[in-house]
Parts: sequence; structure tokens; C-alpha cells
Amino acid sequence: MATQKNWVQRCLTPKVELPRKLVLSAGMLCWLLVLGLWAGFSYGGVVPSMFLPTPGDVLAAGVRLTHDGTLGKHVLASLEVVLIGFVVSSVVSVPLGLLMGSFRIVQAFLEPLVNFIRYLPVTSFVPLFILWIGIGLEQRVAVIIFGVFFQQLVMIADVSKGVQKDLINASYTLGASRRDVVMHVLGPASLPGILDTLRVTMGWAWTYLVVAELVAASSGLGYISLKAMRGFQVDVIFLAIAIIGLLGLITDQLFRLLRLRIAAWAQ
Amino acid sequence: MGAVAKKPYIMPPLSAYAEVAARLKVDNVSLRYQSPKGETFTALDRVSFEVPDQQFAVIVGPSGCGKSSLLYLTAGLAEPSDGDIYVGGQKVNGPGADRGMVFQGYTLFPWLTVRQNIEFGLKRRKLPSNEIRTIVEFYLNEVGLAKFAEHYPKQLSGGMMQRVAIARALANDPQILLMDEPFGALDSQTRLQMQQLLLQVWGNSKKTVVFVTHDIDEAILLADRIYVMGARPGHIKEILDVPIERPRNLDVVMEPEFIRMKRHILGLLHDDLAEVH
Repeated sequence: MATQKNWVQRCLTPKVELPRKLVLSAGMLCWLLVLGLWAGFSYGGVVPSMFLPTPGDVLAAGVRLTHDGTLGKHVLASLEVVLIGFVVSSVVSVPLGLLMGSFRIVQAFLEPLVNFIRYLPVTSFVPLFILWIGIGLEQRVAVIIFGVFFQQLVMIADVSKGVQKDLINASYTLGASRRDVVMHVLGPASLPGILDTLRVTMGWAWTYLVVAELVAASSGLGYISLKAMRGFQVDVIFLAIAIIGLLGLITDQLFRLLRLRIAAWAQ
Repeated sequence: MGAVAKKPYIMPPLSAYAEVAARLKVDNVSLRYQSPKGETFTALDRVSFEVPDQQFAVIVGPSGCGKSSLLYLTAGLAEPSDGDIYVGGQKVNGPGADRGMVFQGYTLFPWLTVRQNIEFGLKRRKLPSNEIRTIVEFYLNEVGLAKFAEHYPKQLSGGMMQRVAIARALANDPQILLMDEPFGALDSQTRLQMQQLLLQVWGNSKKTVVFVTHDIDEAILLADRIYVMGARPGHIKEILDVPIERPRNLDVVMEPEFIRMKRHILGLLHDDLAEVH
């Protein structure tokens, strides 16, 4: 009894750590509640099945589409677009962002334009990209790059700007050249922040992917979602959303592990 | 001398300093800032002094007297508005490995182990790896951290981090070691230990040290010569030789000579406060 009361109090005290078991159970409980509500509303017939499929329907749709190969094809198509867009954007934004945060002149040159573009809604460019590039893979890649690149640039510049000046001064007094400072101080010091930025912007890349696929595509998870809407296959829409969520979760965890591995010092 | 027998320091007698050329020469140095409103603030006003080779020089002064600025200027991390600084006869023109510096804050590279931190300067100089290993082992032992060579900075206490910072600066074999209130953030017990350790390491290395502090006890304990600074604008008020013989241990704080000096310096700093208010 005494310990139970203690736990309740701990749960109600701000910023108090709780046992891992309790934390995990709380997370599970939330999931179960949502799934339970869903099951209740759909199996109970509260919402017509045309609008809300049952969990069983969604699973069945998953099995069906996996068997006939459509699901794999479209997942791969989406992954391809997201990865190309994200990698192309990051390969340029990481070094350029580092330079922007480290050299005042690069910042002065780029910042006014970047800050202007950064606030333009990506979606408003989709018609323009279709006009320019067509409706192929390149168009969807372009939407992702456009949506992610400028944000990455500014965020990585901020990471590099945040590197403690004393670390740079210390390296100078140890004989570092300006090149050494960039390669051996600013680079490694920014690494954890860069990985965090990539992790966050990867999530945005998924969002822009679906936007691009909904507007103009002949493959991908956004495309089958749109097609399913036309055929009133609400179970397939649910399936596509769930898979996008799952893929997002996997990439997020991959970035988390990567950060643990190569920037363990910053944990 | 304390009751406990200490390892003898290999030190030239004080009188030998006179014959050696100045390791550091600060020649009529002024430093002025322009505030955003356009007002000029003078941090240092025509400061001149010399520090002989192998001497332990301590600069004391109230906050805002420009004592840290003097170190940054000597390190080449900032430029004087007027005047020149010479280290080993060479005019200071930008930072370099010949002037090692230990900073007030913790400036170890957190992504490098203790060993890699000490190697940092040696690697920039592209020394052969066996030479690097020998030097690093030597300084790891000097600061008593051989067992912590593969630890990361976040695994160390504040005192240990500053010991690595000292080892890292000395490993480069600089002409002069600049120390900017390196023990300011440490608790008083650790600070006493660090002062002893620094005296010992300095005794072995015979480097010229310029040490900045606002702690008068620390200044007298460590220094051959104390440069007392005043503020607004920063200037040298008085230069005092510390006649207390070495090796010194923590008991010196009770010696009459120590107390006499402390009272004198307190008086100087107090005058300065009186001028301001």
C-alpha cells in the first residue's frame, strides 16, 4: 500500500523519473486505447464501414496487396523518391550549412534569400514543378528537395553557429589552422546537431513525398491512397497511412541509433 | 619547509632571471572597443611590462581591468589597438602553437578522449606517431591521469578536465603558457590541489607562465612576480616580486611575508575600488 501511494505521488510530481516498466506500460496503454476505440467504433457499427474500416479489414488489405505484389512495388517507389530527395538535399545542405554558420560572409550572402524561400509553401510550387519537370520521379524528388533543403540549411547553420567560441580559440592556441578549425573542430562539434537536424527533416521529407504523390504520380503510397479514395477502399487508405507511419518510425530509429554510434560523446 | 619531504624542484635561482632576455614583452599596448552606440571603451591603456624567461608571472586585478584581454592579445586571439607584444623576441601576429593557453571554461574537445585531446596539437604539427605517443604518455603522467587516457571529457571532474587542458597545452612545448583563471570554476579543495600540481608541473617544465587570477592567495602562492592591475582603463599599478622561497606548499599562507604581501595587494585593489566609487 505504502509503495502504491508513493507511486501515485511520484506520477503527480513534476519532473520526477519513473521506473522503466511504468513508462513503457503508459505508452502501450495509449496505443491500446486508440486501437480499442477504433475497434469499438468500427466493429460496433458506430461509424459506417465505408468511412471507417475495421482493423481486420486493414490487415486483410495488407495481406492482399502484399500477395499480389502491389504493396511492395509502391513502398519501394516511395522509398526511392524519399531517399533520392533527402540524400541529394543533405549532401549539399550539410557542408553549405556548416559554411554558412561558420563564415559570416557566406551567411550574409545566403541568408536573405534563404529566409525568403524558406517561408514559401512548398505545395504552391507543385504546379510549377509539374509544368517544368513533368509528372515523373524528378518532379516528386524536386518537391522533397525544395521542401527540405532550405530548412536543413538554416538549421545546420544554427548548429555550427552554436559551437562554443572557446573551443575554436583553444584549437588556435594548439596550432590549428583555419582549415583545421573547420575540419577538426566545427565539423565534429556540429555532428550531433547535424544528425538531429537530419532526423527531424527526414520526417518532413515523408510529408512532402505524400503531397507530391497525391498531386501527380503513377506509383507510391500517396498514389495508391488517392486511387483507393476514388474506389471507396478506405481500408487501403488506412493501410497506406499506417505504412507511412511505420517507415517514418523505422527511419527515425535508424537515425537515433546512428547518433548513438557515431556521436556517443554527446549523449 | 613543511614536515613532509617533497621532491626537489629543479629551478634556477631567482637572480638568474636578470640575465635572461624577456620571454614576453608587452610594449605600450592599448585596447579599445567601440560600443554599438559608438562610444569608445578603453579596456587597456598603454600597458608595458616584461616577463623574464622561465618565470611564473601572475596578473591580479579586479574584474574588468583587462587582465584576461592581455592574455587573449598575447595568444594572438585578439589584436591590440595600439602597441605590440613580443614573445621570444617575435612580434605576436595571430595565434600559434608557441603560446599555449588554458582557459577559464572547459575547452576540452568533448568528442575526443583525454589522449586524443592531448594529441590534438601534436597531430596538427604532423609529428611521427611514436613521438606523439611518448609525449602524450609523459604529460598524462605529469598530471596524474594515465589511468584516464581513454576517458571522454564528460566522464571527468572539473579539476581533471583542467589537468588535461594543462597537459594539452604543455604537450606542444610552447614558449609560454598562458592561463586565464584556470581554477576559477573549481571548488576550493580542488583548487588547492591544482595549485600544488601546477607548481610541480611548472617546476619540471621550466616554462614561462603568465597566470591571470583575481584570487590574491593564489597569486602569492604561485608567483615569482605579481603584476597588480587597476581598472577603468586597465593599467599596471604595481609589480611585486614574491620573496617567499620555493618549493612552496599550502602552509605559506600563514607566513608573515605572505600576509604582508596580501595586505599590500588588498590595499592596492581597495584603492582602485575607491577611485571608481
